[in-house]
Amino acid sequence: MIDTIEQNLLREVADLDSLPVGAYNIRANGKLAGRNTTANIDIVTKQDKPGIDIFIRPFTKNESVHIPVILSQTGLKDLVYNDFHIGEGADVTIIAGCGIHNCGGGDAQHDGIHTFYLAKNAKLRYVEKHYGEGDGRGKQVMNPTTVVHLAEGAQMEMETVQIAGIDDTIRNTSGDLAQDASLVIHEKIMTTGDQRAVTNFDVDLNGDNCSANVVSRSVAKDNSVQEFNSHINGNCACAGHSECDAIIMDRASVIANPGLVANNVDASLIHEAAIGKIAGEQLIKLMTLGLTEKEAEDQIVNGFLK
Amino acid sequence: MLELRHVGFETADNKEILHDVNLTVQERFVAVTGPNGGGKSTLAKVIAGIYQPTSGQILLDGVDITHMSITERANLGLSYAFQQPVRFKGLRVKDLLSLAAGKDTDVNQACSYLSEVGLCARDYVDRELNDSLSGGELKRIEIAMVLARGTKLSIFDEPEAGIDLWSFQNLIRVFEKMYEQTRGSILIISHQERILNIADKIVVIKNGHVEKVGARADILPALLGSADATNPACSVLADKVEGVRK
Repeated sequence: MIDTIEQNLLREVADLDSLPVGAYNIRANGKLAGRNTTANIDIVTKQDKPGIDIFIRPFTKNESVHIPVILSQTGLKDLVYNDFHIGEGADVTIIAGCGIHNCGGGDAQHDGIHTFYLAKNAKLRYVEKHYGEGDGRGKQVMNPTTVVHLAEGAQMEMETVQIAGIDDTIRNTSGDLAQDASLVIHEKIMTTGDQRAVTNFDVDLNGDNCSANVVSRSVAKDNSVQEFNSHINGNCACAGHSECDAIIMDRASVIANPGLVANNVDASLIHEAAIGKIAGEQLIKLMTLGLTEKEAEDQIVNGFLK
Repeated sequence: MLELRHVGFETADNKEILHDVNLTVQERFVAVTGPNGGGKSTLAKVIAGIYQPTSGQILLDGVDITHMSITERANLGLSYAFQQPVRFKGLRVKDLLSLAAGKDTDVNQACSYLSEVGLCARDYVDRELNDSLSGGELKRIEIAMVLARGTKLSIFDEPEAGIDLWSFQNLIRVFEKMYEQTRGSILIISHQERILNIADKIVVIKNGHVEKVGARADILPALLGSADATNPACSVLADKVEGVRK
């Protein structure tokens, strides 16, 4: 059912060479291509719209769910709604990823809307990787939307990576946090050519002692355009931190719009933003170790996004 | 052997920093000293290829490297430890040591370089060279990178600065061991008497040219003797000497 191109996409987005261990749901070209459930993790196809519901039983520990999506047909527009229900006290890892191989003339587009409901004290590590390839004229387009609802004491760590091949992306992430909940987001983006990437974060800190930490590292090359918008709303005694650190190269442009809103005197909110080219002395240092300027640049960029 | 013939360097706005510098480096340890602003660091950068000389010629083992790039010079066997080490977000100590060694450095090998500079390797190999490291730690890692390269000519720009918690004796031991391994020359820019004390040759750079050059025995006594209020750099030296004597 899965051909070589699709296998390559799976490897890129989910580090999968074979079917994963544990629960998984593989979606290829808008259709289900494989599914496995476990005693603690159930995956159910939605009846009213495309997508799945993933139910993780309370207190499930050390289990993982893989939900890669791959597109290899040109001109296909795929839209899915995936809802994740993480039970109380569970501690799990979810690996999502979307790979597009577009060798035709039409745009290939995947829009995934992921909503997470973390029950009390649930803990989730969520890894999301986006990758595109293809030599056709059609664009690879992805617009991931992530919505997180964290109940009391819930902890979510989200790693999102988009390194290559996505021509156009608008990434929306929003969340609300109850008491003692914590949300950590690490985003890594590289854009090249004429690509465009827009990132929007909007987080409401609603419960006392909750915290959010949003860290974005990005590299913009060639003529690409990146925009980073973050809004952290502190509505209680909480801690919010966002950091946007970008390397700009060639004729690229990077826009950073950090936004902090404190609606409570005990809200402690910090934003750091830095945009700059690779420092000349960094290149020189690596060149004194024997690297060419291009090799030095690659090392710096790869290290920055590692 | 490194040879500088009538080397001059002017900035883009025609300010002359180096003037008619003639120098050979073939000894084990060559110390370059002199007042601040005299052109010592510029000289090191001209040798490493960071600045291109505006006149004169530079030869390394008879090969004219005057117009070679930094990379080409590095690959011919020239290493350069910066006075102010550079920070890299995301690159780890192990990554830099691997790049310096020109091959993937395993943890044991990385540890041996770091131990040489007095760092507990296990705590450092996976650390990023970012703001979390102190100036002194970066300085020692900078020296470890030159150790990992093991080239025939190593240049250190004020290696003692910022490593006060580590002893001079250890720093000198690093230089001695480096020489044993490479049998190359080590050029050290320094104001420190203890470093000048191990030099086979001392070069005094002042106002952009070589004011004095010769064997340690010929240069050092005069240098220390002239440590009076009219010579700020040597006063620093004298203070340090006093400090040591106390």
